[in-house]
Amino acid sequence: MKLRRVVITGMGAYSCIGKNVEEIRQSLYTGKSGIVYDPTRKEMGYRSALTGHLERPNLQGLLHRRYRGYMAEEGEYAYIATLEALKQAKIEDSFFDTHEVGILYGNDSTANATVETNDIIRAKKDTSMAGGGAIFQCMNSTVSMILSTIFRLRGINFTISGACASGSHSIGMAYTMIRHGYQDIIICGGAQEVNAVTFASFDGIGAFSINEIDPTKASRPFDKNRDGLVPSGGGATVILETLESALSRGAPILGEVIGYGFSSNGGHISQPNVDGPSRSLKMCIQDAGIDIKDIDYINAHATSTPIGDMNEAKAINEVFGEHKPYVSSTKGMTGHECWMAGASEIVYSLIMMHNNFIAPNINLDEPDEDSAKINIATTTIDKNFDVFLSNSFGFGGTNSTLLIKKYKA
Amino acid sequence: MNTVMTMDEVVSITNKFLVEEFEVELSSIQPDAPVKETLELDSLDYVDLVVLIDSHFGFKVQQQDFKGIITFQDFYYFLYNRVK
Repeated sequence: MKLRRVVITGMGAYSCIGKNVEEIRQSLYTGKSGIVYDPTRKEMGYRSALTGHLERPNLQGLLHRRYRGYMAEEGEYAYIATLEALKQAKIEDSFFDTHEVGILYGNDSTANATVETNDIIRAKKDTSMAGGGAIFQCMNSTVSMILSTIFRLRGINFTISGACASGSHSIGMAYTMIRHGYQDIIICGGAQEVNAVTFASFDGIGAFSINEIDPTKASRPFDKNRDGLVPSGGGATVILETLESALSRGAPILGEVIGYGFSSNGGHISQPNVDGPSRSLKMCIQDAGIDIKDIDYINAHATSTPIGDMNEAKAINEVFGEHKPYVSSTKGMTGHECWMAGASEIVYSLIMMHNNFIAPNINLDEPDEDSAKINIATTTIDKNFDVFLSNSFGFGGTNSTLLIKKYKA
Repeated sequence: MNTVMTMDEVVSITNKFLVEEFEVELSSIQPDAPVKETLELDSLDYVDLVVLIDSHFGFKVQQQDFKGIITFQDFYYFLYNRVK
């Protein structure tokens, strides 16, 4: 069977550095941080009050009240991002009546909806007091189920939960399904709720930065003095489809997905290693069938944790050797967008590729020994480039790598 | 709950939360208009209606109670008889 080419025809994002692609472009170029200090977290017993800050979108007037009732916070972000992506892809509402479109979306929690729902039930001692929409907000597939309902999708439809690689795996799996002929168009992406409930137990294991004096300096991927990640979130969507479909529709082609690699560390539940990410990188490059010298930019997973960043730098070194593509982690600006990150970082990198720059790895004052061996962009680099690689790793040792290339006929 | 609530108060409270929660025009809520069609209720919306009645009138409605409620007038009388 002839494998089909898979392209990206639309992108959208709603994050702490911008509510749409244009706002995000400006933040990426100027190295603007979206991190703040949230005192309510301290009141709740958090070790760190740092978080990405974003407003909940107001969907009244935009979406029927019934859908809003079924929608948890992360679904709201995903919906806004998806509207933007569909618009760019020139997919109007009536398109879904005549074409089979699927959805594979990354999400790995519905903590706030679940806690709020059960608080009501415990207080009232009556399950019906949770209301008719609670069940749909509390299921882990909340995002794919609400978007598939709103847009009347008739293709593949499920949520991918792969911890902080969820968004990346959703794109990788969509790419695989389209490439092998199972679907022509899939909406994919990642969503992450941003609230004090969802991150509490994550804070409890000491994973977050406590560098609270200047929140914008707390997330410092690859820096020698990094002390942990800063949690964040939002929604990011990309529209994947066959090249043939994109050309026939006259849709803009933002990039071509040319490789997907994945692996599992087979080790500790939270401590990353070098072997797992390294195998994911190699598999992705092999899948793409390109020379590593053709890779211009790596959007690193680097979350600002001591071991994670060190091991990723080692893996990049191991795979790339003497070839030194630019590397930056946008998490210095965004914090760690967790389930969303693998998708949002594809959007961020696509923005860079289309606007001829590499966003800076902000807050990198002094690299550690391993980070010093890779070519980290500490300031904005004005550069035309054609191929980028994006890493995403998660708890349980799940790894995902994607390669995207500027489209050429 | 409020044992001296009048029918006018029941109607006023009910119309207010129906307009807010179900996003319909107040003018569409007429005593002889059908509740289900006017508010475009599905089975899940009735669960929300149970929650709204509990929070505004302080009593629990059973799903089967809705069977006898066709018009808004029926709805008002049902509520009034429970809170008067």
